[in-house]
Amino acid sequence: MTVDDTTNPQHGVVGERRGTVLLDARGITKRFGEILANDTVSLTLRAGEIHALLGENGAGKSTLVKILYGALDPNAGDLVWQGQTVTIASPAEARALGIGMVFQHFSLFEALTVAENIALALPPGQSFRALSERIRQVSRDYGLTLDPSAIVADLSVGVRQRIEIVRCLLQEPKLIIMDEPTSVLTPQEADQLFVTLERLALEGCAILYISHRLEEVQRICHHATIMRHGKVVMECDPTKETAGSLARLMVGSAVHDLKRGVVPREGDVRLALKDLSAEAEGPFSVAIENIDLDVRAGEVVAIAGIAGNGQSELFELVSGERLSSSADAVTIGAVPMGRAGITKRRRAGAAFVPEERLGHGAVPGLKLSENLLLTRHSTGDGLVQGGFLKRDRAGALEQRIKTNFDVRMSHDDPEARALSGGNLQKFVIGRELDRQPDVLVVNQPTWGVDAGAAALIRQELIDLSRNGAAVLVISQDLDEIFEIADRIAVISRGKLSDAIPAQKLTRERVGLLMAGLDEDSGGAGDAA
Amino acid sequence: MRLELEKRPERSTLMALLSPVIAIALTLVTGAVLFAALGQNPAVALYMFFIDPLTASWSLQELVVKATPLILIGVGLAVCFLSNTWNIGAEGQFTAGALAGSMLPILLPGFESFLTLPLMLLMGIAGGMLWGGIPAFLKVRFGTNEILTSLMLVYISQLLLDWLVRGPWRDPEGFNFPESRVFSDAATLPALADGRMHVGAIFAVIAVLALSVVLLKTLKGFEIRVLGQAPRAGRFAGFSRNKIIVFAFLLSGGLAGLAGISEVSGSVNQLTPVISPGYGFTAIIVAFLGRLNPIGIFFSGFLLALSYLGGEAAQVTLGISDKTTRVFQGLLLFYVLACDTLILYRIRFTRPGVSAKGA
Repeated sequence: MTVDDTTNPQHGVVGERRGTVLLDARGITKRFGEILANDTVSLTLRAGEIHALLGENGAGKSTLVKILYGALDPNAGDLVWQGQTVTIASPAEARALGIGMVFQHFSLFEALTVAENIALALPPGQSFRALSERIRQVSRDYGLTLDPSAIVADLSVGVRQRIEIVRCLLQEPKLIIMDEPTSVLTPQEADQLFVTLERLALEGCAILYISHRLEEVQRICHHATIMRHGKVVMECDPTKETAGSLARLMVGSAVHDLKRGVVPREGDVRLALKDLSAEAEGPFSVAIENIDLDVRAGEVVAIAGIAGNGQSELFELVSGERLSSSADAVTIGAVPMGRAGITKRRRAGAAFVPEERLGHGAVPGLKLSENLLLTRHSTGDGLVQGGFLKRDRAGALEQRIKTNFDVRMSHDDPEARALSGGNLQKFVIGRELDRQPDVLVVNQPTWGVDAGAAALIRQELIDLSRNGAAVLVISQDLDEIFEIADRIAVISRGKLSDAIPAQKLTRERVGLLMAGLDEDSGGAGDAA
Repeated sequence: MRLELEKRPERSTLMALLSPVIAIALTLVTGAVLFAALGQNPAVALYMFFIDPLTASWSLQELVVKATPLILIGVGLAVCFLSNTWNIGAEGQFTAGALAGSMLPILLPGFESFLTLPLMLLMGIAGGMLWGGIPAFLKVRFGTNEILTSLMLVYISQLLLDWLVRGPWRDPEGFNFPESRVFSDAATLPALADGRMHVGAIFAVIAVLALSVVLLKTLKGFEIRVLGQAPRAGRFAGFSRNKIIVFAFLLSGGLAGLAGISEVSGSVNQLTPVISPGYGFTAIIVAFLGRLNPIGIFFSGFLLALSYLGGEAAQVTLGISDKTTRVFQGLLLFYVLACDTLILYRIRFTRPGVSAKGA
């Protein structure tokens, strides 16, 4: 917890870097509104090197990669490709240079065959038969078994990724960018992928490998660049670092002042999850496995974890948007609620704030006073009587939330989509806090919110708990978690670790847990 | 100069009102061009098409007769479309309602009492609900595409009607014409004036008023809009998508069925192989032109009814095919949907080269 933010990249232990320089990105800067997504980032990629790009969500990795692949224009900086300064204006130009990319989420037509999908991405004019033969050959050469005539819908996620990789390889790239390739793979599928990547590197291909999983990075990468808050904070040889030191560098530690107040003496359990499990609902959904957690009145419990490890699935199960298989899996107050819908859970004193503001927490095209009704139509606020809407009361309540939570708007009662992200988030959270709930569950409370609004929201969450509510926060932002949480649990691949008092945890330990590693005992999955 | 669409921060209320007006204007201009291409004087042709039918009492009544089913079906479809449920089969639900309601006067011609009409109307509503319930059930239970199933059921109901009036329900004293027996007085909707205008028009007014209240003032209406605009937010609010699909189909099916039996009992008085000039499909245009708002649909129903009358008038006086009606209806829908873009976007002209690149 002692490493400060660094402005200049440190150099850790860097081994001899071999291979000719393929791509040199110099001083890349990209600004989105007030946010510097990339701040004078430099990156050198060499032929034959598997280069890891590490960082938390929002560290600027995706922005950098999109610039390299021609999907975004940098505001400043140069790209030097094989010694020549180039402008990459589109992904097509990137491919023409020899840069290929395999995305985290696939773009395949499920109803078509493997060969048809690949043909769609290639320039026209090839005979289909010849293409099928090339697919067979490339897939055999690289150990990526593929049947060109198979229908994509019938294939597993791992095989679908092979299609993307083969499609990329057929264009004979010199640099392949892989965005979190293992996040959707089983460990066995991941092992196969590593063999392929090592083989490609041996043949002189450069690979830029984006991942959160430190174990993998240490296993296959020759070099690593670590980003935080849009800057490169360090370059190193990952095999010479410990997973702990990498995690600490990724996570950093900026400290803001929040009034924590006194944790009241141990309160009653207000929200209890008991052996909560649910199957995955699709190829990009995560199964929830045997989660146990108690949240008591007066405390803030945070669930840390990297995106896509089951956070949204867990949120849906706790909120009642998705029902559990047994009533006892979720208890609110003292009542088993696992089989009750979200409205019943709200009536029992619980309130929920989902991650997505627009489209989930609020309807973009409805006015704020109508969006108020979304979560409060049946919670005894008198907004609906005998099935009829009481618009004047909703309007008055909207005014109250606007004043109490400093929601800024250009004119009165606008549509939700007209508010900025931070202001809409203040409204969506204010809508629930205004009820003074006994239990509040919030997913990514300050995602994409500016610093001022974030501080206000975090203070509100702490104050709510100190007034006797049980608050459960799901977040990827470790700074936030350490600022507000009394206890911290970590979710990884749908399993939740024990909730441990925040004082007893270091960022390093949390970072390791987030990356799916835990060197201490009492790891993921054990009952509390 | 380049044309760009720029997203507005919010819906433009002004454009939501102006869009149908612009669409009607563009339709008239295009229509004038078409008439000119057919060798007609556009001014005369447009007059015959859209103004002349409004100058006589009988044709004004005829306008109401044609607007009645369009409005009844249109308000039901508005509920469907607002909830993002795509009922394209109102024509089939109209036919099913007409068939179900006609059972009584055709199979039990001797049953003449004050109960006959109310029962016929209820059976008509039930028939439409049944026909609308099928695609709803298939969608909820098996995830089928309701656009296809509801549309295919149109053809089934039309063939069923055709078979019935040529076979089992043919009038025994009808000289083998493919028609059912003529309904008795007890099974005929009372007329409202000296012409063909009948009580069905009152049903349409009641439906407009009732659904205005439901959509704007009640939690049910809120639920319909939320689920239609943001299904995920709807689930977060505790609303059920499946329930609303069933609700929308039963409601719109019931109203289409009521329109069907009213049309048969009020203006045709018997079943014939064809009982509708495509009311169920035209009502889709009525619903969109009326902004999916019951009051708006009331007015757009009359406009589309006018296009039917105009087509007939143009055929008689100018010798133009009455298919012109379809052309006008198609143009109108096309322009309405196109103009609706302006509600959420504004048009901007940019000169090439000026647009900021990189910065």
